[in-house]
Amino acid sequence: MIRPELRQNVYIRGDAEPPKFRVRDLDLFYGTFQALKSVDMDIEKNEITALIGPSGCGKSTFLKTLDRMNDIIPGCRVSGRVELDGADIYAGGMDVNLLRKRVGMVFQKPNPFPASVYDNIAYGPKTHGVRKKSELDDIVESSLRRAAIWDELKDRLKKSALGLSGGQQQRLCIARALAVKPDVLLMDEPTSALDPISTGKIEELAQELKKDYTIVIVTHNMQQAARISDKTGFFLLGELIEFGGTDEVFDSPRDKRTEDYITGRFG
Amino acid sequence: MKSAAALLKQKFAPLPSCDLKGRPFVNKPSLRKKLAEYKRHPFSLVMMVLVMLSALVTAAIVLWIVIHVIMQGAPNLKASLFELEYDSENLSLMPAFFNTLIIAGMSLLIAVPVGVAAAIFLTEYTSSANKFVAVVRMAAETLAGIPSIVYGIFGMILFVEMLFKGFSLIAGILTMAIMILPLVMRTTEEALRAVPDSFREGSFALGAGKLRTVFRVVLPSAMPGIIAGVILALGRVVGETAALIYTSGTVKAVPDSLFGSGETLAIHMYTLSSEGLHVDEAWATAIVLILLVLVINGAAEFISNKFRKRY
Ligand SMILES: Nc1ncnc2c1ncn2[C@@H]1O[C@H](COP(=O)(O)OP(=O)(O)O)[C@@H](O)[C@H]1O
Ligand SMILES: [Mg+2]
Repeated sequence: MIRPELRQNVYIRGDAEPPKFRVRDLDLFYGTFQALKSVDMDIEKNEITALIGPSGCGKSTFLKTLDRMNDIIPGCRVSGRVELDGADIYAGGMDVNLLRKRVGMVFQKPNPFPASVYDNIAYGPKTHGVRKKSELDDIVESSLRRAAIWDELKDRLKKSALGLSGGQQQRLCIARALAVKPDVLLMDEPTSALDPISTGKIEELAQELKKDYTIVIVTHNMQQAARISDKTGFFLLGELIEFGGTDEVFDSPRDKRTEDYITGRFG
Repeated sequence: MKSAAALLKQKFAPLPSCDLKGRPFVNKPSLRKKLAEYKRHPFSLVMMVLVMLSALVTAAIVLWIVIHVIMQGAPNLKASLFELEYDSENLSLMPAFFNTLIIAGMSLLIAVPVGVAAAIFLTEYTSSANKFVAVVRMAAETLAGIPSIVYGIFGMILFVEMLFKGFSLIAGILTMAIMILPLVMRTTEEALRAVPDSFREGSFALGAGKLRTVFRVVLPSAMPGIIAGVILALGRVVGETAALIYTSGTVKAVPDSLFGSGETLAIHMYTLSSEGLHVDEAWATAIVLILLVLVINGAAEFISNKFRKRY
């Protein structure tokens, strides 16, 4: 059931070693509205995969299928297959909480809990059974360091996270996601609410983090996708129109609609 | 270490009226300047005066009542009013004071957990389109608006006549718990709904389950609102007379057990003044009642602030 004209423009590699995520023929409905239409995608380890496309084309929806955050939306139904390291994440025995521990998520609007910086970071590890104070201290420090915000926050660990600037809050949220030691980091337009300097810091951070994590980033900003990603997927009206190496997608798009979007002729 | 006096002085020191170069601040217009601006918008001026007057009238009425009660009651605040046992000589308010604490405390102990749990179920475990939830919410809204005497009659029939065969603290406690339950539930529901979904999402995305998300993220964020609801409920119990006269009765003593009858401060005031003989003592009792309410509100405010600071 794979439509050849779609497959044409979608890079899918051989099956020798499974990719981090393998998505096959994925459909998603909100009630009767179909928000994703037979999406196929391979997401590789230690790469940054960028998802672009006009507003409402299903980028966030697709991202949320990767850590099953759609489960909490009433009336949302998914069919098709999403494999993480070769295992179907929608299979019966899958523990959703463990899946979300492995696949972290950073949201468009920074959403720190109304608690101290320390408690924000410690919440995740505590959720997964870390109790010892010294161990938590270590995780808090290493997570903040990984998110390149330790120096800014080390003197205000006990202060409310809501008092931080937007850019700091977003990096705190990245640190919070890293604290549960995930393999994958999903980021939904993480810089759309931030100023250029904070945006730069987060882009730099993403580049640094891809050495250890698989990163999928939704972005509204094509320059950002071109700057930081290895692969780019272009969505339109719930379809993955084109997916491949970022350079090819931007320099020589195979689909007319991709070209129109990239050159700013619509969207 | 600065002394407390120095700290206070620093906190309440008048702000300078001009900047370091001696120039007046231009963004703080004088009243005359403000009035001149309003000249171009006479309707705005009228509205401003109206809202100011309303605030003033409200404050004045409260102040007037409090001052009146104090003036009438203070001269009658005799030590004999605070003797442990009531008799017709000392007219002591202490039994009523303790009964008030017992009835208020125990009814909250029942109504708050149940009301908060019900609100959690309605907001966190059901979808907002659910018919059942809509019905429960409407029922709670209606129940919260029913006059307390209706609860009193209900409590009298169910608890006094059928269950405990006589007036008793427990009948009063249960009646009060039922009376404030819808109020606690509604205010808690409001508080929970005010917690942004992004907090819940953040928690789920870290792999936390529903229970942990609700108790570790949602409830703490909603705590100030929940506490405000509990204070309202407490105020209703402490001020209740009608429903309690029919359930816990008017006995002027602390009973041996919850199954004995005993009156609260509000009822004590009512009986003192309705006989027409002890109006002075009723005023003195009113002072104690007002103080009690003030202390409770202060304590709740303190707890609420603790939460706000933490989060
Ligand atoms: N919870 C929801 N219920 C119903 N429709 C939704 C919901 N979330 C998103 N949609 C719809 O699905 C489509 C894709 O949305 P989304 O994935 O948020 O787009 P994007 O992130 O690309 O802007 C849009 O048409 C949107 O209106
Ligand atoms: Mg989106």
